[in-house]
Amino acid sequence: MTHGILFQMIVYLAAAVLCVPLAKRLKMGSVLGYLAAGMLIGPFGLALVGSEGESIMHFAEFGVVVMLFLVGLELEPSRFWAMRGSVLGLGSAQVVGTSLVLWAIGSLLGLDWRASLAASIALSMSSTAIALQSLKEKGQSQAPVGKNSFAVLLFQDISVIPVLALLPLLAVKAADATGAHGGLFVETLPAWQRTLVVLGVVAVVVASGRWVAVPLLRLVARTRLRELFIATSLLLVVGVAWLMQIVGLSPALGTFLAGLLLSGSEFRHELESDLDPFKGLLLGLFFIAVGASIDFGMILANPWLIASWTVGVVALKSLVLGAVGKLARMASDQLVLFAAGLSQVGEFAFVLVSFVLGIGLLDSRTGSILVAVTALSMVLSPLLGLVAESLVLPRLISNPTREERAADPIDERNCVIIAGFSHFGSTVGRFLRANGIRVTILDNDISQVQFLRRMGFRAYFGDATRADLLETAGAHEARIMVSAIDSPEVTRELVETVRKHFPNLRLFVRVQNRFEAYGLMDMGVRDLYRETLHTSVKMGVDVLRQLGRPGHMAHRSGQNFLRYDEAAFWELAKHRQDGDLYIQNARQAIRLQEELIRSDLEQQPSSSDAAWDSEPLRAGAAKAAQAGKPS
Amino acid sequence: MSRRVLLLFCHPRLDRSRANATLLKHVPDHPSITVRDLYEAYPDFNVDIRKEQDLLLGHDAIVWQHPMYWYSAPPLLKQWIDCVLDFGWAYGPGGDKLTGKIAVNALTTGGAAVHYSREGHHKHTLQEFLLPFQRTATLCHMSYLHPFAVQGTNRLAMEDLEKEGERYASFLEALVEGTEPLEVLAT
Repeated sequence: MTHGILFQMIVYLAAAVLCVPLAKRLKMGSVLGYLAAGMLIGPFGLALVGSEGESIMHFAEFGVVVMLFLVGLELEPSRFWAMRGSVLGLGSAQVVGTSLVLWAIGSLLGLDWRASLAASIALSMSSTAIALQSLKEKGQSQAPVGKNSFAVLLFQDISVIPVLALLPLLAVKAADATGAHGGLFVETLPAWQRTLVVLGVVAVVVASGRWVAVPLLRLVARTRLRELFIATSLLLVVGVAWLMQIVGLSPALGTFLAGLLLSGSEFRHELESDLDPFKGLLLGLFFIAVGASIDFGMILANPWLIASWTVGVVALKSLVLGAVGKLARMASDQLVLFAAGLSQVGEFAFVLVSFVLGIGLLDSRTGSILVAVTALSMVLSPLLGLVAESLVLPRLISNPTREERAADPIDERNCVIIAGFSHFGSTVGRFLRANGIRVTILDNDISQVQFLRRMGFRAYFGDATRADLLETAGAHEARIMVSAIDSPEVTRELVETVRKHFPNLRLFVRVQNRFEAYGLMDMGVRDLYRETLHTSVKMGVDVLRQLGRPGHMAHRSGQNFLRYDEAAFWELAKHRQDGDLYIQNARQAIRLQEELIRSDLEQQPSSSDAAWDSEPLRAGAAKAAQAGKPS
Repeated sequence: MSRRVLLLFCHPRLDRSRANATLLKHVPDHPSITVRDLYEAYPDFNVDIRKEQDLLLGHDAIVWQHPMYWYSAPPLLKQWIDCVLDFGWAYGPGGDKLTGKIAVNALTTGGAAVHYSREGHHKHTLQEFLLPFQRTATLCHMSYLHPFAVQGTNRLAMEDLEKEGERYASFLEALVEGTEPLEVLAT
């Protein structure tokens, strides 16, 4: 098939555009969608892509590399250092444990012990892309399962270096060390020199991070050309990855280090936002390539073998993960997500398998089986995650489940429902509780809900924008609903739902600023609470006092300012154009500020506080004395 | 001649009040009577001077309804007096906006009337304790009336309070209608 590159792009993109939304609709993660897309267009589907699938895979692996860069970027070095315990402890336990178990079984099944060891190490790897993506989609990245998963994945990444170094020692045949992604010249050096080179390269990466990357980025940033900045960041990532590759190290680990080094710089957020779309696209491509590379022919030829291997490996990995997680004292629901989330065999297995094939430790048939098992386990993984979430989780939350999702049934009808229980919502809830008002709390973050329950709150897990959940929560009987959600989009959705289905429920809504407020005002909400207003005025009052103003007068000044601001808020609301202020842009914000400041100067909200001012009385007395009258 | 009456209700704990709540309940639903709950309007004591002054200009008689705490009114009423009755507006040179209006205290005391006398427990009459209000009103060129008082509320039963409520209603009606002569204490 000699299709041009344009046709290829169409094929890949169309497959993704078709399959991923469908997968999300069916509540399966995006990863499964991409895999399905790959299977669809691969040699065993519509056969639109074929042999070039290999090179696409290499190209797309770059997505994993970019992802690790971003992961390093988002991590702070101090946090990374703090994690070293779980990285070394949990991570090593998982890798060593899984390898030993699989090795034992492999040997029992009659494989050569060397081949078995190589295969089991390869199989113990998990997929960083799938696991982290899933966690992000489930909102669990900051929960214990997220942190521990990341630690294990990081260790796996680090362990690839010694593994790649030690595996050749197992080889019976002479090291014909090309290795698919291999360090070429490095392999020919004696061991101690190799170590030096590795250390040297790591040192180069670290040094360049500080003395090359940041000044370079600063230089480019000054040009104010966004595309140039993006190009530079890509250059950095590719450069580090290449450096790592030529010495035979994992490119992903190198870029992770680079990201870590840059996480303290002022460019962190710019880099994140620029590289994120690349990461997304490349990862998608990677998974499509995996899907396309699944050898269905072999699978169909040996269905039971492949199936049993896949199920067996995944099951064993889950068990080891469960044991490891238990040792780390994870809570049951987190444990389940942890075991399910990392139970697949990861993309590094592809790397290791091809390397091992190259040095002759495995025969090609076993190699193909391993590849098929890896790909199939990746396909199974999102499904496993779904199963874990929907079946096991509700049972652990101790209430009987509803049909599809793990939303809790609400068994009380309180007069106040609070949606969103972060700092804002929890303060409102605590205050109301202290005043004897029982509140029903809805939150979409499972770890938050569990924490709240441990603290004795009546918290329930669910998506508060869903009408059926609100109904179960007692929205028909409740008098007030507090929306303490920080995202304007979700807030809007919630208000729409409540207005539509529960028109008698009075809404008290947290908003970020007046723009959001005006939008909600149009939907009939009157009780709008700008989240920063009172705190910032309070700070201003305290600053005044610190500068020597008498406390009560400073306080009054704050009160007056708030009252005046409130009046201005409603006045401005009257004059806004519909639709005009929903989308806040810089110009609108500046114009608004100008109006406010001008009005401040005209009305002088604080200078007209004449209360208790004895000055006029003394002036009056002086005048009366002049006129000879009693004062 | 119908007077417009501004009833400034001043009670920090209406939810626990018996006497004042009953009196409030009996306030006639008359278009000329404006009831203003000060503690509701100004929970943070930040009296809106402009607004209050406008209200005063639009009425002919002010009733200060409150429980007697420590021989005076709850603090918010004092805050109101301090802030609203401005020099140059209510009193002093050019301060004539309240001239000719009427002011009266409608109050409740826990102790019985007999204690409020020379010989009684409090050693002074009720009128003597209300001198600050009296002088405030007269300094603002207002006529200060004999107070409407419900005394001994600590011992009064609900039926008695209801009767007092009815008496209050008649008092307010008379104030509005202006048919009966008023007991002016001082001008």
